[in-house]
Amino acid sequence: MSTQKPIADNLFTWPSDSPKLIGSKDSETGRYFFPAKNSNQHERVELSSKGKLWTWTVQRFLPKTPYIDQVSPEDFKPYAVGYIELPGEIMVESRIVDIDPADLEIGMEMELTIEPFIKNDEGEELMIFAFKPSKNS
Amino acid sequence: MTEVAIVGIGIHPFGRTDGVSGLQQGVHAAKEALSDAEIEWKDIEFAYGGSSAAGSADTMVSELGLTGVPFMNVSNGCATGGSALLSAYTTIKSGQFDIGMAVGFDKHPRGAFNADPEAAGLQKWYGETGLMLTTQFFGMKIQRYMHDYGISSDALALVAEKAFNNGSLNPNAWRRDPVSKEDILNGMMVSDPLTKFMFCSPAEGAVALILCKADLANKYTTKPLFLKGAAFRSRPLGSFEVFSPSLEIERGPSPTVGASKATFEMAGISHEDIDLAQLQDTESGAEIMHMAENGFCKDGDQEKMLQDGETKIDGKLPVNTDGGCIANGEPVGASGLRQVYENCVQLRGAAGKRQVPNNPKTAYTHVYGAPGISACTIITN
Repeated sequence: MSTQKPIADNLFTWPSDSPKLIGSKDSETGRYFFPAKNSNQHERVELSSKGKLWTWTVQRFLPKTPYIDQVSPEDFKPYAVGYIELPGEIMVESRIVDIDPADLEIGMEMELTIEPFIKNDEGEELMIFAFKPSKNS
Repeated sequence: MTEVAIVGIGIHPFGRTDGVSGLQQGVHAAKEALSDAEIEWKDIEFAYGGSSAAGSADTMVSELGLTGVPFMNVSNGCATGGSALLSAYTTIKSGQFDIGMAVGFDKHPRGAFNADPEAAGLQKWYGETGLMLTTQFFGMKIQRYMHDYGISSDALALVAEKAFNNGSLNPNAWRRDPVSKEDILNGMMVSDPLTKFMFCSPAEGAVALILCKADLANKYTTKPLFLKGAAFRSRPLGSFEVFSPSLEIERGPSPTVGASKATFEMAGISHEDIDLAQLQDTESGAEIMHMAENGFCKDGDQEKMLQDGETKIDGKLPVNTDGGCIANGEPVGASGLRQVYENCVQLRGAAGKRQVPNNPKTAYTHVYGAPGISACTIITN
């Protein structure tokens, strides 16, 4: 089995049984940020893993660079993207998985998931965050 | 107080012109503007210009003439042309110079714009994982807007249909064939709910304008136009902008709202006085949202306005009479000045088949772009 690692540091807690996105909170204004800001004024926080779909679209053509999953246009599979509102915190832009885009609805309950993306040159599986429909909904 | 007039306008046709560089297209527009004002390059006391992907505007002096003129490059993404115009306006207002030029041009490769996360102050993963696409932003912004205000996909198609119809009446437009509403709706989906016919494409083109102190205007033209207001704003907290890994939950106004308000205040004119408007239509949804962001209607009123044809050339408020970005494409550095050019043609009564009827007197432009900037103008005759 190949090793898995996050596509970037300080993006989400990993490995973990209940992974969380890593954000930061401005100690003066109370505003949340994602990705986390690196500053003395910012406190690192783990963001809520549940939220509501605020808006969405579908990426239907193969993106150019800097997109790294460069398959042939015929092999490209469209993927859904949206903003998830994490209550009281912030809205996070994310891929949306485990649902047919035709079934997406603004306001639906979503939860965080960590998914394999592509393998790098060292054979490691790069992991990305995504949201999927909440099991309880 | 010094007023500012537009006395010369020039354009290089938009679209694709193989074998002609963006800079050469800029020179073409500049020469056409000089000839329109019946002056020579040596009469120009200053110039502002820019492109986003086609080189430095100031190198045009090697083609136009080495007169020693101060030629300043401006760079503001989609508002590059708007910034050049605003800079020229302010320069004349200040009394420093009497007559000058604003020029914008561009030439982009085919297909969607390439994005560089680090140049935009973002982390690499954002681009690598396929989130950094302008088309996604446009799809997501209008998706939410349609949900909140009851705008239909039919309305999106009506905007594009109008753009292609107007483009078919404009000899300088890129897309000059009408496309039916059905074909627009059934076109390939690019980023839901937007089909390929609802998007503008990167393109080529150039526009140049000659501005002078208003009390000198009659020297150059029998039909001077007056730049009554011009303002530029960047994004306030809570606006929804392209390339945002996260957004504030509390939503705020867009940069357009501030730029528009400042322009109307500067001109001392109300929305009822505007006879036609050019509004940024990077895609159909943008034109719809910008109708409200610029204060021409309430959120949601656009559905009925479009169904009733109010924004067609013969409607109550004609919008994007030259076909907008959808029919002209988007050469980033030239786009904002194209809007002003079109308003000048309309206010001179020289728009031919696409002329807005009943002698329009006051016209509005609005440009918008990444990373959340907007510039507006009001011109009168």
